[in-house]
Amino acid sequence: MATDRDPRQPGDGTAASPIGLALFWVYVALYGGFMALVLVRPDLLALRPFGGVNLAILYGMGLIAAAFVLAVLYMLLRSDR
Amino acid sequence: MIHQTSFVAVAIFTAFVLGVLGLSFWLGRKGQSAAGYYAAHGQIHWFVNGIAFAGDYLSAASFLGICGMIAFSGYDGFLYSIGFLAGWIVALFVIAEPIKALGKFTFADALDSRFQSRGIKLAVAISTLVVSIFYLIPQMVGAGSLIKPLLGLPHEAGVILVGVTVTLIVVTAGMVSTTWVQFIKGSLLVVFCGVLTALILGRGLAVNAGREGEEPLAPQRLTVSPAGTKLVDGRPQSKDHDLRPVGTILRLPERYGDARTTGPLGPLEYLAALEDSTIVTWASKKHADADGVHTTYSPVEKRGSDLLKPGGSFKGLTTGKLADRLDFASLMLALFCGTASLPHILIRYYTVKDAAAARKSTVVGIAAIGVFYVLTLFLGLGAMTSGALDPTDTNMAAPLLAKSFSDTLFAVISAIAFTTVLGTVSGLIMAGSGAVAHDLVENVFGLRMTDHEKIRIGKLAAVALGIVAMALGILFRNFNVSFLVGWAFNIAASANLPALVMLLFWPRTTKQGIVAAVTAGMLSSLAWILLSADTFEKVYGLPRENALTPFSQPGLVTIPLGFLVLVVVSLLTSRNDTARGSAAPLRPAVDPPP
Repeated sequence: MATDRDPRQPGDGTAASPIGLALFWVYVALYGGFMALVLVRPDLLALRPFGGVNLAILYGMGLIAAAFVLAVLYMLLRSDR
Repeated sequence: MIHQTSFVAVAIFTAFVLGVLGLSFWLGRKGQSAAGYYAAHGQIHWFVNGIAFAGDYLSAASFLGICGMIAFSGYDGFLYSIGFLAGWIVALFVIAEPIKALGKFTFADALDSRFQSRGIKLAVAISTLVVSIFYLIPQMVGAGSLIKPLLGLPHEAGVILVGVTVTLIVVTAGMVSTTWVQFIKGSLLVVFCGVLTALILGRGLAVNAGREGEEPLAPQRLTVSPAGTKLVDGRPQSKDHDLRPVGTILRLPERYGDARTTGPLGPLEYLAALEDSTIVTWASKKHADADGVHTTYSPVEKRGSDLLKPGGSFKGLTTGKLADRLDFASLMLALFCGTASLPHILIRYYTVKDAAAARKSTVVGIAAIGVFYVLTLFLGLGAMTSGALDPTDTNMAAPLLAKSFSDTLFAVISAIAFTTVLGTVSGLIMAGSGAVAHDLVENVFGLRMTDHEKIRIGKLAAVALGIVAMALGILFRNFNVSFLVGWAFNIAASANLPALVMLLFWPRTTKQGIVAAVTAGMLSSLAWILLSADTFEKVYGLPRENALTPFSQPGLVTIPLGFLVLVVVSLLTSRNDTARGSAAPLRPAVDPPP
């Protein structure tokens, strides 16, 4: 049955890259961790682990930085194409 | 508040608008094809496209709305920054390359690449229009907010000015002019926000900054009489008797002793000093009687450490109510899923030559957008303590922060903010124009058109969308723009993401499944919003308690619903679909990258 086959054609760009998907799940874990803290243990976000700045700001900035780092990593890993 | 109009502001603003229009007319001189009008011939360099992504994405909500929310409520505005940027991860790792490979002009091309179904094109075109219109509203509201202090004109004039300018940009050279306007805007926005942040850190923190000699803790009252006359503390409002600007520090941390200013601070020092300071924020309360509507603005002393943690605006994070927490989770899910579902962002993947260029331009976009969102925290907090805030208008925080440094900087930042609106609105109108001309008229109604006619229909659609945008910008004038844009993300994520993801990852997806998912996601999120407590209170003027939904943001329910509907309908229709031979492999719309 045609619909039982994966219709994506490897290498034609119509499928997401496995490397990209792996990095995506890494970021989902980071983002999910932040959301869990905000929703379940917001008191932990008031802790100041570094430079007198609280975890809410450090984690938030870290998420923004992580997006950039993962994006650059992805570009480097896919530089063969 | 009544804002003084400055000649410098008018001159810089006029130069910006004329410059942008001049560029558009210059680009529009060349003969156009449909591929040029809708996708800039796919010849935009990936770096330019990446910055244009930033110009497209960093809307009035990002600049005016987030800064305003941080300035008035603290950390919670930064949660929008985090969510808005996180969405790009979905775009880069999941969507970018397939959407480029599968589509030609519009998002509907990609979704329909396997089926050639008029139903899919119709559903996606309608969802594109709905999302674009919901996204247009906050941009136009932002334009109206800016025009008052900048040119001394009423809100309506700002909305109309943006509507007319953007319509001209789009109809002159389509995606080519839109791209360059967005590139210029993206560059200016990031650079000048960097300059403003450097000035904030250089100034440091000061007690009662900008309001020396005034009593920062005196409440103030604005009354609007039934005849429309405005009174401040019982006397007619005028330039000499107006609401005082607000937002000051009451006490610096003990480590600064008796000093009234910290002097220049590094980024982490700034945040740490603010956490240990005491800050005056302002709460407003409205009541109406026979004399009119009275709004009392009252100072509230708060510790910096309380303002720099979640819960200032999303009250559910501190009250512990389950519905409020779900509301917040729903918003953050929509922001994460919404970016990669926004039609005006997706069409930018068709302006580069191949999937590799799409990937590289997304990385550049993430870099520019990420830098900007880090800066929003400093801009918002700088505004919060600048003594320059207008208590009646949260959207004016960033320009008024600039004014606390100089009138020239205020003029430049306001003009950039205005360009911000132009860039995003032009992208939205391009997306809507493509949906009407390419998806609806050509593919759904089956009207065969020459290249010239396709462009003409696109331009007519752009004019119509411009008019709709102006009307809505006037109607929704009192909303915070970040709040409004949350709705657009919810609808986009609910209507478009399930279909897009399942098309890419689940081979048994059928065309009926896609049509059903897009329709169900769009209608359910729209209905949820219209029946929510926020809409009851802020649009209908009814009590929140009468709302029919348990929380206001729909994404937590309607995004999974979209997936569920797609799976169920696809399973129910897969046998018929296969029998008719309509299920075909995904094929690239353009040559695959080498």
